[in-house]
Amino acid sequence: MLAVQGLKKSYGSMLAVDGVSFEVEPGETVGLLGPNGAGKTTTVSIIAGLLQADAGEVRIEGRPLAGDRDPVKRQIGLVPQDLALFDELTARDNLLLFAALYDVHGMQARKAMAEALELAGLAERVLSKVKTFSGGMKRRLNLAAALLHNPQILLLDEPTVGVDPQSRNAIFDNLEILKQRGKTLLYTTHYMEEAERLCDRIVIIDHGKVIANDTLQGLYRMLPVSNTLTIQLRNGTGELRLEGLRALPEVRSAELKGATLRVGVRDLAMETPRVLQWLVEAGHPYEHVVSERANLETIFLTLTGRSLRDA
Amino acid sequence: MMTAMRALVRKDIRLFLADPRALIMSFAAPIAIASFFGYALGGSGNQGASSAIPVLLSDQDGSTISRAIATALAAEKSLSLQSATLAEARETVRKGKASVAVIIPQGFGKEAGEAFFRNSGKPEIEVLYDPSRTAERAMVQGILTGDVMQAVSKEMFSGETGIAVLRDSLAEVEGSQNLRPGDKSALLEVLRGALVLNHSQTGGNGFENGLQIPFRTQEEAVTAARGIQYNGYGHAFAGMGVQFVLFLGIEVGVGLLLQRQRGLWKRFRAAPLSRGMLLGSRAASAALMAFAVLLVQFLFARVAFGVRVEGSMAGFLGVAGAFGLMTAGFGLLIAALGKTPDATRGLAIFATLLMVMFGGAWIPMFLFPSWLQTVTLVMPTRWAIDGLEAMTWRGLGFRSAVAPIGVQLLFAAIFLVLAWSRFRWEES
Repeated sequence: MLAVQGLKKSYGSMLAVDGVSFEVEPGETVGLLGPNGAGKTTTVSIIAGLLQADAGEVRIEGRPLAGDRDPVKRQIGLVPQDLALFDELTARDNLLLFAALYDVHGMQARKAMAEALELAGLAERVLSKVKTFSGGMKRRLNLAAALLHNPQILLLDEPTVGVDPQSRNAIFDNLEILKQRGKTLLYTTHYMEEAERLCDRIVIIDHGKVIANDTLQGLYRMLPVSNTLTIQLRNGTGELRLEGLRALPEVRSAELKGATLRVGVRDLAMETPRVLQWLVEAGHPYEHVVSERANLETIFLTLTGRSLRDA
Repeated sequence: MMTAMRALVRKDIRLFLADPRALIMSFAAPIAIASFFGYALGGSGNQGASSAIPVLLSDQDGSTISRAIATALAAEKSLSLQSATLAEARETVRKGKASVAVIIPQGFGKEAGEAFFRNSGKPEIEVLYDPSRTAERAMVQGILTGDVMQAVSKEMFSGETGIAVLRDSLAEVEGSQNLRPGDKSALLEVLRGALVLNHSQTGGNGFENGLQIPFRTQEEAVTAARGIQYNGYGHAFAGMGVQFVLFLGIEVGVGLLLQRQRGLWKRFRAAPLSRGMLLGSRAASAALMAFAVLLVQFLFARVAFGVRVEGSMAGFLGVAGAFGLMTAGFGLLIAALGKTPDATRGLAIFATLLMVMFGGAWIPMFLFPSWLQTVTLVMPTRWAIDGLEAMTWRGLGFRSAVAPIGVQLLFAAIFLVLAWSRFRWEES
């Protein structure tokens, strides 16, 4: 459906995108994950035709994207990171304008508008000026504005920036409906929980380069540790010999800070009882245990040596 | 594609109409300011109603002649005369409450009479004036010259002072050893004749009003046609209309920068539309709005102040339309050259005020030095204002609109080409 091949883009001496390649199959939802400044927005902008790549190409259904007026752009709906709406106009006027940009007008435009507003849960506010909308409502309208020409591919550039959890959930519900309808979604974010919830496959990008491209399960397999046990030991139980713990075949890593022991394991259900049993047998009873599953943050940390938030 | 074009133009017009600030700046502000300027510039044809020049008179002489001068000055409709002491006169002029003060010194009447027939020393009338109102000083001096001449000559040919001066002069000439015999004889004849004339005053010798200016002027304000008076509102609405329509052009440019800042430009660019369509729609909406704003302003001037298109209506519409296009080009150029909306607005307002000032919108062009009048021909605003005036109160035909239309279209083309070439299509 969408193929990106060897994209490069520089701003002066700064290389923003450095040979980015990936593909998105029809109906697939792909997350473009990376820290701020990683090159996600530049990549999306090139795909949407807003920027000219220095090298590489974008293909939509096998056809290269060429020029401002290329009809293939009708296959793409862009949801920009900014709230790209006219505050002084009503929701209706905004949507009819954006429909007209794709030559959708008359009854067809009104029908598309009604459907988009229904999906966004804003049908009752059709005649309200956008400036009276809450931030979350604007975000949903921002999404609706990209759907009017019925594009097959949706480019979503951090569409939940600055919204409250309730509105974020509403947007996610909208996107899941679009997924069910068979739309192809390319979703950029630096929130790993969003990518985990929504995406079939995740492309991790850093410093303009793709550093991983796999399903969530595939990415987890890259990790030496998929779960971490945090065990609070009872005080006064004597010195713990970490070497003994690390010698267990189920244990991938072990760290002790004060009375808090962190143990990395692969299979939580199978390996946790063995670790706890060893502790009791070695004379180190525990007070409580918390398990923590590895996430994309952990994956990014493993791949780059840096935290996703701090990168 | 026409669907997109229409939608983009309609969107700009809706945004304009939905913005109270834009409406005030485009309609209320220019109408209010032009109304004031128009009134100050003489209003709609009643130039005679302009305020009289405040003049003070300090008559330290109190002679028949000085009193006659005072009476004559007081009778002048263009002057508002009040008497004052010398100290009061000086202080009042210094404070700017009077334009001119005329000080008639003691002995003026006698000395002026003597100087009338003989080459004796001329007495001086002191004229104190406000240096910021030199035109009024010149006008008062002209009136004063006529009134003094009339008062002195009247007294010489029909008054007691004249008889005394003539007798003194006769005695002086008769006793003179320096005059040649022929000159002496002729001069004595003149003086004796004047004395006889003076003695016959009660019979009405024709000099009871003194020497008169031997002509009268017939004044005609040359406007569109005889009977059509100059309308000061015509100039004011042309000037202020041009200024505030250019402000609208600034808003067009800044609005585009704001759209870019808010990500709206990305949505437009993501659609399968040409760059020409995107900028062209903006130019079209700006030109339409500028044209409409100018028409509404002149419609108001027509209804409220009787400013008519006395010349070619086609020419008027042509000048207004060409100015609309020039404004659109100006707005797009601002968007192309500007970086942030706020900084761009400040610079653009400064540039606009310069263009408007040198275009003659604030001060009538004739007050500029001649070299500056020539230099301002490079200002599109000058051509717009001249063109609008030519088609309104000057009542000229379409041929007089051709140059203003052509020059503005040329500027519009230059601005649009520059805007196109400098426009940042890609976001950094």
